[in-house]
Amino acid sequence: MGEVTFLDVSKRFSLRVDGEVHHVQALDRVSFTVKDGEIVALIGPSGCGKTTALRVAMGLDPSNGGRVTVDGREVTGCGHDRGMVFQHAELLPWLSALQNVMFGLEMKGIRGAPLRKTAEKYLHLVGLKDSQNRRPHQLSGGMKQRVGIARALAIDPKVLLMDEPFGALDAQTRESLQAELLDIHARTRKTILFVTHDLDEAVLIADRIIVMKHGRVHEIIDVPLKRPRPDLGIVRGTPEFSETRYKVWRAIHDGAVVH
Amino acid sequence: MVDVADSNKAPASPVTETTERRPLPRWMITFASVACVLILWEIFGRQINPVFGSYPSAIAVAFWDLAVTGKLWSALYESLRPFLLGYALAILIGVPLGLLIGGFRVAEAALGIYVTAGYAMPLVALVPLLILWLGLGFAVKVAVVFLMALFPICINTWLGVIAVPKTLIEVGKSFVAPDIVILRRIVLPATLPYIMAGIRLAVGRAVVAMVIAEFFTTISGLGAVIINSANNFDTATMFVPIIILMVMAIGLNWLIGFVERKVAPWQAEIAGRDRE
Repeated sequence: MGEVTFLDVSKRFSLRVDGEVHHVQALDRVSFTVKDGEIVALIGPSGCGKTTALRVAMGLDPSNGGRVTVDGREVTGCGHDRGMVFQHAELLPWLSALQNVMFGLEMKGIRGAPLRKTAEKYLHLVGLKDSQNRRPHQLSGGMKQRVGIARALAIDPKVLLMDEPFGALDAQTRESLQAELLDIHARTRKTILFVTHDLDEAVLIADRIIVMKHGRVHEIIDVPLKRPRPDLGIVRGTPEFSETRYKVWRAIHDGAVVH
Repeated sequence: MVDVADSNKAPASPVTETTERRPLPRWMITFASVACVLILWEIFGRQINPVFGSYPSAIAVAFWDLAVTGKLWSALYESLRPFLLGYALAILIGVPLGLLIGGFRVAEAALGIYVTAGYAMPLVALVPLLILWLGLGFAVKVAVVFLMALFPICINTWLGVIAVPKTLIEVGKSFVAPDIVILRRIVLPATLPYIMAGIRLAVGRAVVAMVIAEFFTTISGLGAVIINSANNFDTATMFVPIIILMVMAIGLNWLIGFVERKVAPWQAEIAGRDRE
């Protein structure tokens, strides 16, 4: 199981700009549910609160109101039931790929033989069996993010939270990682909530897309594409893809003045 | 560098020959630089009255005289003991203190001000007081070296902790690492380059502190050699310990660099310095 529910979640930031205190309503009574095994994308213009929502779900930022639950249990801080994949992977530069994956496992209290075995298994899952002893600076951007995904998956969380995981990668690497993520999802059936600013990515990967604006849920759009989606090239050619992509585009640009 | 005259003589030489020039190794450049300075010093130093200055060959003779009588080695031993102990204590206390101040808001607010002030403390003025407390012997020398070396180490560690990227700490948090584990396994390794820089900076201050301590307390060790020969207008002999101390500082710096490459190899690799 791994169901994530946002119930009237609000989050306010105070910023001091030139001596004046500004209040930013990053999240304004946000409610939605990510069902077990579902992939949901959070999309919207920058500053719409999508990353804040993810951080609140992870427990990195506390909310000012409402609550987030995972399988009914309220989120009060970070926990092993959620695995975070950071935008720039954020591997520890002094550890090898394998040790980075082991770090997360050790924090979960795993010791001895299973520690190394589990870490190797997940590096294998993301296709990095041969590079496990390299340190992060010896890995390409795509490989780093693979390690980041393996690190989050290895602790066997109920939910994978991903913050623009492929945003910093070049187009080709991004496409192959998107396909791999779907493959990993097909094998592990993890619930995934991810933030993206890439329309194509949202439609290709997600079951549902939550369009956010000004800290609110603006629209929730279902993606009528069936699983599994083994060939994303074919998916891109379907009318459903184009229609959904257009729908999401409209939702993002609703009410905005298009110059 | 490509010799212009040479390329004029052989205009038909293939281009590839000139593109694969290796740069001079660093030790060779350093060696040439030191040789130049020594030669110039020798030439100009000989023109000066030996009371007002000295020159390398005279210093080498003075070194030989001190070395064969054994005076130099006992003085060196006398100086090194408090130096190494004070310096080691400064590392052992300065690094944890810096981690504490950098890592915890309360500690920073409560203790940071003393460390900042302590760095600027005119220690020379306080040596007489330290003598009253600790006497004229070994202990006061250790204390002076310790107090001079402590602050750069502590401040650098502190600044290093502040510079640790927030996202790396969030990695620890998101995997539910306790604060102490985050400090030990994320903050400490991320701070190592700063710590090593502080330890390097402290070498120079510790050497100065050692000589000051020897001037003010029982005149002993290398400091005594300096003072006694200065009083006898034996400038060449006075330079022997000074040069030994500078060479020692260079050696220590090199050793710290070596240790740094062992304990934090990723740093040089990231900066692309690992091929030298």
